[in-house]
Amino acid sequence: MRTKIKAGKKDWMPYLFLAPAAFFILAFLAYPLATVFFYSLQSYDVTKIADKGFVGLENFKDLFQDDIFFRSLRVSAKWVLVEVISQLVLGMILALLLDKKFKGRGLYRCIVFFPWAISGVLTSMLWSLIYNENIGLLNSLLKDLGILSNNMAWLGNMKTVFKATAVAEIWRGIPFFAITILAALQNIPADLHEACVVDGATGFQEIFLVKLPMLKDTIILTTLLRAVWEFNNVDLIFTLTGGGPSYRTTTLTMYMTNMSIKNGNYGYGSALAVIAFFVLLLFAGIYLKLSGYGKEDA
Amino acid sequence: MTARKGKKLAGKVGFAALLLVFMVFILLPIYWCLVTSFKPSAEITSKEVTYWPKIFTFVNYAEAWTRSGFSTYFKNSLFIAVFGVVFIVVLSVLTGYALDRFKFKGKNVFMLILLCTQFIPGAMLITPIFIIFKNLNMLNSLFALVLVNTTFHFPFNSILMRGFVGGIDYTIEEAAQIDGCSRLGAIRHVLLPVLKPGIATIAAYGFISCWNEFLFSFMFISKQAKLTLPVGLKNLVGEFSINYGQLAAGAVIAVVPTLILFSYVQKNLVGGLSSGAVKG
Repeated sequence: MRTKIKAGKKDWMPYLFLAPAAFFILAFLAYPLATVFFYSLQSYDVTKIADKGFVGLENFKDLFQDDIFFRSLRVSAKWVLVEVISQLVLGMILALLLDKKFKGRGLYRCIVFFPWAISGVLTSMLWSLIYNENIGLLNSLLKDLGILSNNMAWLGNMKTVFKATAVAEIWRGIPFFAITILAALQNIPADLHEACVVDGATGFQEIFLVKLPMLKDTIILTTLLRAVWEFNNVDLIFTLTGGGPSYRTTTLTMYMTNMSIKNGNYGYGSALAVIAFFVLLLFAGIYLKLSGYGKEDA
Repeated sequence: MTARKGKKLAGKVGFAALLLVFMVFILLPIYWCLVTSFKPSAEITSKEVTYWPKIFTFVNYAEAWTRSGFSTYFKNSLFIAVFGVVFIVVLSVLTGYALDRFKFKGKNVFMLILLCTQFIPGAMLITPIFIIFKNLNMLNSLFALVLVNTTFHFPFNSILMRGFVGGIDYTIEEAAQIDGCSRLGAIRHVLLPVLKPGIATIAAYGFISCWNEFLFSFMFISKQAKLTLPVGLKNLVGEFSINYGQLAAGAVIAVVPTLILFSYVQKNLVGGLSSGAVKG
């Protein structure tokens, strides 16, 4: 056990160290969050500035008659599920591959982890060059392979836009799971592998019966964390599709963003934010409970 | 025996094939962007899509850098990222140190708050933060973006830093204090030099996060001369006729610094995360 500084004369010192952090959290997180709740009870629309003022729960009443709101909840649920499951499965396979010893492993690791460092905006730029109707790689490849005869507008078509956007985000999300699962795999003692070999376990048995159960905690926590981040994801959707066509990619967070940025309806946008807040609170509660955070000296 | 050997070979082939599929999937978008950035615009828009540039040109880079203002965007992004890193590193060292080395009331609550900040999306707070900076007359100020980026990125890095500080034995600081150093002196002269690798990692993370930030820059900045790279790229798409060559070149310009930094930190990324960034 490390020596900890005992409380005594200098017990103001830790608070001094934490003061700047507290300032940033209070000024730019806590206070803005409080005002979101305040604005959600206000009529505050830049296009109808004369109506500004307290309206009680009016915004929430409107919300429950808003088809787009309910649709955005469904899109959010679908988005989070598709993203997290695909990223987790693919990331896990990749981690298992990269956990083996082979020549040039370091370089392979570095390359397949690249998307981790690429922003949502850049990801959408890269993929828009692939999906583009006229100059895109995808149409050209599919035509050369004889699968497609006419160019498709992957992002303009209501049937394909969700899948196309989802693939771009999966591309960006795989490394997160691959990295965290790989880290956990490397914490598994090597003699466990030897024991498996001695007992004659096949590779698949070793993965499913020995390794995966040991990764359970890591997988649950990273999955929850990623679910929250995917729920909050706007950069990529905003730049790739803007939520369209006809709200096919409008998640709750995207709807909220458009309401503030494009429509300037802050009151209604804040009501959406309050709903999002409670969804996130639920996630956070589950996460904290499962991770055992907040227990004595976690 | 041969059946067993065959099985082993099949396993190896399957392994290589699977790895290849991942590599192609990951690299294809990056490859296509690079290739497009080196094609003249006539070749990009021609009906015959070419998988490798017939004519190799740097025109897109030159035009993006000068005419489309990417040199300015690059400078602005650099400003935001450098100052963001300074703020993030200072805050995470202070916070991480306090959370590891001191025992005090409210410590667990503070840890919990830091963790909870990871659940708040920037999109939720865009309007109220916009109003704060509007009242401070700080819209179109790059410094406002530094403050916002710091707020969103120091908590995670503080949790990381707590781990790094925890990895260093307290006795070296104690020894320095016995030798007559003050507490702060011991931190500066003894702890910080040993903490360098951790600080470098956090600086790299911080740089990448600030460099990539989009939503607040998009909302706060309206002056052309103050735009950052992600917003500059986005605006290129908004124009009526998109110049794909410049878009691709701009994307390459924006992505290169992050990939260089990433190659540098990715090795201890695996180690750092396993020692408790995800789970305190």
